[in-house]
Amino acid sequence: MSPTPWFKRISDGLTRTREQLGGHLNVLLRRGPQLDDEFWDGLEEALILADMGGLAASEMVERLRKTATREALPDARAVVARLVDEIAAQVTLEAEDPFASGPACVLMVGVNGTGKTTSVGKLASAASGAGRRVVIGSADTFRAAAIEQLRVWGERAGVPVVERAHGADPAAVVYDTIAEARARDADLIIVDTAGRLHTSPDLMAELQKVKRVAERESPFPVRSVLVIDATTGQNGIVQAREFHRALDLDAVVLTKLDGTAKGGIVVAVVRELGLPVIRVGVGEGIDDLEPFDPLDFAGALVGDIS
Amino acid sequence: MFENLTDRLQSVFSKLTGRGILTETDVDAAMREVRMALLEADVDFKTVKSFVAAVRERSVGQDVLKSLTPGQMVVKIVLEELTALMGGTESRLVLSGRIPAVVMLVGLQGSGKTTASAKLARLLQQQGRSPLLVACDVYRPAAADQLEALAAQLGVPVYREDGGNPVEIAREGVKQAVATMRDLVIVDTAGRLHIDEAMMAEAAAIRDAVRPDQVLMVVDAMTGQDAVNAAKSFAERVDFDGVIVTKLDGDARGGAALSVRSVTGRPIKFVGVGEKLDALEPFHPERMAKRILGMGDVVSLIEKAQSTIDADTAEQLEARLREGRFTLDDFLAQLQQVRKMGSLADLMKMIPGANKLPADAQVDEGALARTEAIIRSMTPRERDKPSLINGSRRERIALGAGVSVYEVNQMLKQFAQAQKMIKQMQVAERQGKKGRRRGGFFPGMRRRHISYH
Repeated sequence: MSPTPWFKRISDGLTRTREQLGGHLNVLLRRGPQLDDEFWDGLEEALILADMGGLAASEMVERLRKTATREALPDARAVVARLVDEIAAQVTLEAEDPFASGPACVLMVGVNGTGKTTSVGKLASAASGAGRRVVIGSADTFRAAAIEQLRVWGERAGVPVVERAHGADPAAVVYDTIAEARARDADLIIVDTAGRLHTSPDLMAELQKVKRVAERESPFPVRSVLVIDATTGQNGIVQAREFHRALDLDAVVLTKLDGTAKGGIVVAVVRELGLPVIRVGVGEGIDDLEPFDPLDFAGALVGDIS
Repeated sequence: MFENLTDRLQSVFSKLTGRGILTETDVDAAMREVRMALLEADVDFKTVKSFVAAVRERSVGQDVLKSLTPGQMVVKIVLEELTALMGGTESRLVLSGRIPAVVMLVGLQGSGKTTASAKLARLLQQQGRSPLLVACDVYRPAAADQLEALAAQLGVPVYREDGGNPVEIAREGVKQAVATMRDLVIVDTAGRLHIDEAMMAEAAAIRDAVRPDQVLMVVDAMTGQDAVNAAKSFAERVDFDGVIVTKLDGDARGGAALSVRSVTGRPIKFVGVGEKLDALEPFHPERMAKRILGMGDVVSLIEKAQSTIDADTAEQLEARLREGRFTLDDFLAQLQQVRKMGSLADLMKMIPGANKLPADAQVDEGALARTEAIIRSMTPRERDKPSLINGSRRERIALGAGVSVYEVNQMLKQFAQAQKMIKQMQVAERQGKKGRRRGGFFPGMRRRHISYH
């Protein structure tokens, strides 16, 4: 694991910009301690700025309002201090981690460019390092050179990669991958799929077929994990909803948290769909995918309060 | 689900009976809705603030045009202002006379630079240029392979140096273009985080080495509030000239496009609307403004129909229609064309006003599927000659399709009506009533070709 805790690195990224939630909250606090409408509106605005979305933001403000009354929180500063706990509570879910529990066949899915292939490489490396026998399936047969990209990650992780030619049926790749996993007596199968927009019915149907084949062939339970990019805005919730409807998702991986975007959209995703976040991507290195910690996440989202 | 801005404003103004002039109170209520609509579309928060202030100022005291309701009047103003903010008219790619001209693409990871590079190469190739693509992403595994595979589809050469220094690769790429008589170099760079000092310095160094005619920043349409942070940093460190917005074929509102435009002042030049290499289009400010506001976009609907409906099938169908032969098989083919365009709910969203229908009456996604199942449960003879279908056949068909006999009856009735309509059209046409629209019941089935751009 990397030497600096990821929330520290995220916080570092945060201090570089004043556009973040923390910056806005500081401005809000500077206007005075009073808990008036202007304060609550400002708080809601700040949460929308963190990409949490209108609905999740107004609910959060409502909850904090009630907490403030119930616990007689004295001023704005006390309310803001509670914000981290509230966000953390919102994203805390009891969840099985398909990469860390028993044998599993995990499909990694998502829209284009969120970091699925990179995440597969990192997950395979971590699981293999933890003593799992991993096989990777290269089912992104659409994007040019996706197969070559995953092959490099497989080499880095020391994990075999099952592939077919560019343009092959992804379900057939999954079939082969599971056969290979049986032959190697593997206990974790990770399948990379092509990025697709949730608005394409054909591509979503293709993904459903991939899952059906996996469920039919796999000796292990099949899990579907959605990869969401932290820079994603309000469309993230629509993505999650559509992928969930098609595949009955099990969990979410949040990538690219090492920038200035803090992934507030997952608060809305967890709120609406009840899907747990299990990993966060914090860099380009093979070890830069770490377990999700609600408090650290919420702390980074809110930023430093001065 | 958010409604579109027009509906929201209609509901705000429905309480107002009078017309005449927009008062301050009316406008304030409306501006709250405008603000929320823009924030939900991921438009940068500060941009929203200044935009709303500007619209408010213009709206108060405005005469409501005779043909419009107060709500429509505000929408009109909002749309005009938003279009203006987006850059007025479309902007083109201006290259100098220098040979080779150089275009460089930059952006965050996963925004779609490599694909956009290839799409741009194709577009400019069609305009008579001979491009050379230069692969300066030496970090992401197989990035150069990806560029090469895409370029191979276009017959465009790629300059790559595995394990090389990106600045040197760019410089050598330009030399290579001179040596091989290519008049355009497109430099694809690695995705980088705007806070990564070393990588931003590298991008600036590549720029200094090849002095591009145009540096384009590639921005994912799905980006949230963070778009401004990235855009500002890239503007400061690399100083781009224009923007390519990608992944607009999804359903993201694309407010990030407006944010980038308003924060950096750089125009949006192209939009990416699909995974294929021809899916790069010039930018239309008004369409983008409507999209951000969630307003119906009939132009997109027609384009979507044209891009998915297979021209051969449509032509065959039209020929059959003209012969007065329209069988259940043709009906089935037409249904399948419609289904290819995506979910009915998505299509409905593009039709202005469609969301005013009651929620449950809006669409029945299953209906198309059931109709298809019914037709597929018929024998070829039955499809050709529905009059054959008697009671016992109906029962068999219902069983095969997993529907009730009633539904089979309904379907056949609808089909008979459709057939009748077509016959009438035939007669009308033969009688010389010109100008009647021919063709299908669904949008886009007409063989009228609306040129893309």
